[in-house]
Amino acid sequence: MSDSSPALLIEGVCKRYASLQALDHVSFEVRQGEFFGLLGPNGAGKTTLISTMAGLTRPDDGRIRVMGHDVVSDYRAARRNLGVVPQELVFDPFFTVRETLRIQSGYFGMGRNDAWIDEILHHLDLGAKADVNMRALSGGMKRRVLVAQALVHRPPVIVLDEPTAGVDVELRQNLWAFVRRLNEQGHTIVLTTHYLEEAESLCGRIAMLKQGRVLALETTSDLLSRRFQLTLLLRLRGGVALPQAFHAVAKASADGRVAIALDGADDVAACLAQLHAAGVGLDDVELRRPDLEDVFIAMMQEAA
Amino acid sequence: MSKALRTLMYKELLRFWKVGFQTVGAPVLTALLYLLVFSHVLDRQVEVYGGVGYTAFLVPGLIMMSLLQNAFSNSSSSLIQSKVTGNLVFVLLTPISYREFFAAYVLAAVIRGLLVGAGVWAVTLWFVDLPYAHPLWILVFASLGGAIMASLGVIAGIWADKFDQLAAFQNFVVMPLTFLSGVFYSIHSLPEFWQRVSHVNPFFYMIDGFRYGFFGQSDVSPWISALVAGGSFVALALVTLNMLARGYKLRS
Ligand SMILES: Nc1ncnc2c1ncn2[C@@H]1O[C@H](COP(=O)(O)OP(=O)(O)O)[C@@H](O)[C@H]1O
Ligand SMILES: [Mg+2]
Repeated sequence: MSDSSPALLIEGVCKRYASLQALDHVSFEVRQGEFFGLLGPNGAGKTTLISTMAGLTRPDDGRIRVMGHDVVSDYRAARRNLGVVPQELVFDPFFTVRETLRIQSGYFGMGRNDAWIDEILHHLDLGAKADVNMRALSGGMKRRVLVAQALVHRPPVIVLDEPTAGVDVELRQNLWAFVRRLNEQGHTIVLTTHYLEEAESLCGRIAMLKQGRVLALETTSDLLSRRFQLTLLLRLRGGVALPQAFHAVAKASADGRVAIALDGADDVAACLAQLHAAGVGLDDVELRRPDLEDVFIAMMQEAA
Repeated sequence: MSKALRTLMYKELLRFWKVGFQTVGAPVLTALLYLLVFSHVLDRQVEVYGGVGYTAFLVPGLIMMSLLQNAFSNSSSSLIQSKVTGNLVFVLLTPISYREFFAAYVLAAVIRGLLVGAGVWAVTLWFVDLPYAHPLWILVFASLGGAIMASLGVIAGIWADKFDQLAAFQNFVVMPLTFLSGVFYSIHSLPEFWQRVSHVNPFFYMIDGFRYGFFGQSDVSPWISALVAGGSFVALALVTLNMLARGYKLRS
């Protein structure tokens, strides 16, 4: 059964909190072995959807299957197939790292699991902290333990809810290297993150969620090529104003540069010529291809 | 017993055992203080059953009171802490069923209760020589009482969203029921009206039956007490299981 089933099958899932429609007929599928990104602004419903997969939240309508197992009617099998790294940095202050992982293994009915626990600890650079109490760990270390806890039962499907929020660069890279390896070994990975460049480089396919609805569901490369737009980033020479004609297409970027959106490569020369003719001097010019962030922002604006 | 259930129970035991000084030591000391104060003040003045001194009468009551309060405290405080800190997800994400969940929390709480009860009993050995008329009844009422309070603790721990709500439950429900149950006196020494009130308090039966195990004397028959205590446990267990099955306050 689970050999041919999708890793995740999400069909018409709805969830309402009082007057708020947190999930509005969400449907998509994640195939086995995919590295899948679930993106969307704060409050889009990503965590609610993940909680529904995990059985922490019950859908008002629709259903979810993990490796072919319904998360409500066949919850035991579904949960055995699923490893969730929660968004919140939670831990049990009574236990050490190793105790935490042994207990978590036991919850899944596993007996001696120390060989695998040691391997996870090693890959997450937690080996030296194995016998340290959870309370004494830094935030980044606690985050690693959360990842380790999601892996103790060797789930084929791993869901990470913003695992790199507030985590330093080194750990992020370390973590991604590890998650990539898990993916190469055949694990299905579902990821939510605020760092869109991470999603761009890691995820083969992406679902974009806003206000509980799926706005886009495409491969990352399709998503990027969908809007063939270039951005010209200019640093104007001291105090010169941009000619009137550019006001509609130009935006001030955060670093003090002016960003001009162009439809294609041909427009670059025209634009620069126009500026030159208007007597605008340039200290710096950069041409940027669209990245996931642009696509994301554009899509969220369109949907607004 | 499944591995998952055993693990959850072990986790619950380890949790209080790691802070055993507070969770076992402190209640034993409290009970000892009660014993010193009350028995010293009242030993010559209060008459209970014929031939049973007040201090001897008091000890089973104190053992049971400590047992009950600690069984309640174990399940309720563990649940509220896990809810407030959010680490209950580690259990909720697993294949553990709601029945296993219930069994693990209740068993661990009963063990904590029995351990504290045994601790109180052990330190009181220096002060009184207790008879042990019916040891089996002692065990039956200790376990039933622990299970009742453990269940009540699960209910309170799940229901309460904050620590002060749990404290309110403890102060306004658990404490009055234990104090008005005849820990410190035989209800026959009460005025008629309060005797009747005591008879609708299930805690009274737990303590009365427990005492019967020691002295072979009690206010009501141990069989009636066992029936009331057993019935109370079944009723509470059904309520608790129903809450857990629905995911009340645990799964939104
Ligand atoms: N338990 C809850 N009760 C009420 N509203 C909730 C609850 N959980 C989430 N929400 C609301 O549902 C929406 C989606 O939240 P969430 O899934 O956490 O979004 P995301 O993870 O994409 O940031 C938000 O508006 C949030 O406030
Ligand atoms: Mg979220």
